[in-house]
Amino acid sequence: MSLLKIKNLRVEFGSKAHPFPAVDGLDFEIERGELVGIVGESGSGKSVTMMALMGLIDAPGRVTADELVFDGHDLLKLSASQRRKIVGKDISMIFQDALTSLNPAYTVGFQIKESLKVHMGLRGSALDKRALELLELVEIPDAKSRLNAYPHQLSGGMNQRVMIAVAIACNPKLLIADEPTTALDVTIQAQIMDLLERLQKEHNMGLIMITHDLAVVAEMAKRICVMYAGQVVEEAPVAQLFRTPHHPYTQALLDAIPEHNKGAKRLSALAGIVPGHYDRPKGCLLSPRCRYVQDRCRIERPQLLGEAGRVRCFFPLNAEGSSHV
Amino acid sequence: MFSFVLRKLATVIPTFIGITLVAFALIRMIPGDPIEVMVGERRLDPEMHAAAMKRLGLDQPLHVQYLTYLSKLTEGDLGMSLVTREPVTKEFLTLFPATVELAICALIFAVLLGLPAGMIAGLKRGSVFDHGVMGVAMTGYSMPIFWWGLILIMFFSVQLGITPVSGRIAIEYDIPVRTGFLLIDSWYSGEEGAFKSALMHLILPTVVLGTIPLAVIARMTRSSMLEVLREDYIRTARAKGLAPVRVVVIHALRNALIPVVTVIGLQTGTLLAGAVLTETIFSWPGIGKWLVDSISRRDYPVVQAGILVSATIFIVVNLIVDILYGVINPRIRSAK
Repeated sequence: MSLLKIKNLRVEFGSKAHPFPAVDGLDFEIERGELVGIVGESGSGKSVTMMALMGLIDAPGRVTADELVFDGHDLLKLSASQRRKIVGKDISMIFQDALTSLNPAYTVGFQIKESLKVHMGLRGSALDKRALELLELVEIPDAKSRLNAYPHQLSGGMNQRVMIAVAIACNPKLLIADEPTTALDVTIQAQIMDLLERLQKEHNMGLIMITHDLAVVAEMAKRICVMYAGQVVEEAPVAQLFRTPHHPYTQALLDAIPEHNKGAKRLSALAGIVPGHYDRPKGCLLSPRCRYVQDRCRIERPQLLGEAGRVRCFFPLNAEGSSHV
Repeated sequence: MFSFVLRKLATVIPTFIGITLVAFALIRMIPGDPIEVMVGERRLDPEMHAAAMKRLGLDQPLHVQYLTYLSKLTEGDLGMSLVTREPVTKEFLTLFPATVELAICALIFAVLLGLPAGMIAGLKRGSVFDHGVMGVAMTGYSMPIFWWGLILIMFFSVQLGITPVSGRIAIEYDIPVRTGFLLIDSWYSGEEGAFKSALMHLILPTVVLGTIPLAVIARMTRSSMLEVLREDYIRTARAKGLAPVRVVVIHALRNALIPVVTVIGLQTGTLLAGAVLTETIFSWPGIGKWLVDSISRRDYPVVQAGILVSATIFIVVNLIVDILYGVINPRIRSAK
């Protein structure tokens, strides 16, 4: 049984009469101890999906799904308080900007201990010991004195380590990292990635790595989901995805990576932006931007099909990187 | 933290000197002098006028007068009232507690109602409660104090007869002065009904004086709450699986209070200014009324002392606010 199974997840905003689907029929699965990357440009629904999983979508947002099962619990059937026993303990999340994601009014120690108190019931010296242990686990130097530091006294990288410490405090089964390194410079980025990978292996956590940069997850993840406009457009093992992308959008993402296109004079770019509320196409959501678009694409919406790798396209690309038509 | 307090204290000294100068200069800019006001319509022989001025030390050049005033001030001497010939300090001490008592009650009233109302309005944004609170706050803020006071007197005192019209306590009680705060003094006097009488006398002035601060605090708390609830760390707190009450009280409220505390400090200014009108409406024997009377009498030492004391209260309260601010907001503490 997979650790997390999401089937036909929809997250809608706006009025009931004119809903805007930020996530539109998303299917996703992750096994225990697996590392999956979710990739897509801004506005593709990566974060909203995870917020829905965490139960953080507020009214007027609406979350529906055929299945939203985590570790045997049907999250949609649980009451809010039952769900909070899982969220923050068995599923936890780290965010893009660690400095603003930590409460400026409390010490780092307080914020780490809070989860331990609420979920594990730790008190007194056991609590202090565990908090210190966590800071050491995320490789913060001079951990003892850092417990009393405030977030504004630490660097961005240090704060992200603190966030990770908060997130792994209760030994979660699934950790969601929502663009954890976007706000950091490249050297720190690599350190944080190494740290996450190590923790994931040591604790056998499921890790969902959300990013808009394919290169970031290329080395770590086994499997990658590419999202576009609230849908998964392609899902495949990393090597396969990089070697033979089947969806035009995946191809476009790969074309935009400098490392992947050595020798090219200019990196190619995909013109246009992710469709919003008012310009959502009737057919395939990529159709207005796709360079291989056919008439059928403009009328009908494709399904996510396939076995080893799944793709949402009527005319998937072949190994040569061109459309069948 | 200690050095933070010291740094704050150091900034107060120049402000204080500035106030003495302004207080000294402003009252002397008003045409006329105390002798002329005392004499009134009758004409006074210029020689007698000069003699009287000399007796009061008002014939000296202004800078000499100012320096004399300053040097006396450093000894804690605020001078004598030109009209009553009583030491200003003595007059002040009998009136001051009445004003402070009223101001504190008004502030407590404003905070106790304004904070929760603003908080709930922020949490339930767009609800009937939110619109109701903001409507009331806007009305309260724009209402003239004297009018509001009169309306309340007409309704509660005249029509319903629930509250007394004016004064601090019913005339039959003779309460020995211990602290000057009638609520406390009447409680300890043991006289039956005295405390209740003092309390009833306080209600209307408190409501009138507290209305504007209440409106300001409610509005500020609401907008500050709304802002904080959008912050990333609130998302983090919720992602930790914390109960909504804990998210609001521990994570949102403390940050939302930072601007509110500043506003509360600034409201002491409103309270002192409002005290003048409120005290006049309710015949409340405090320094507001005393100060206004002294200005029309050109009672220089009293006006100077009154302004100085009001400004000092304002400075001290805002100093406390600054220090409190440092307690709530760790980012301020380390700022050089």
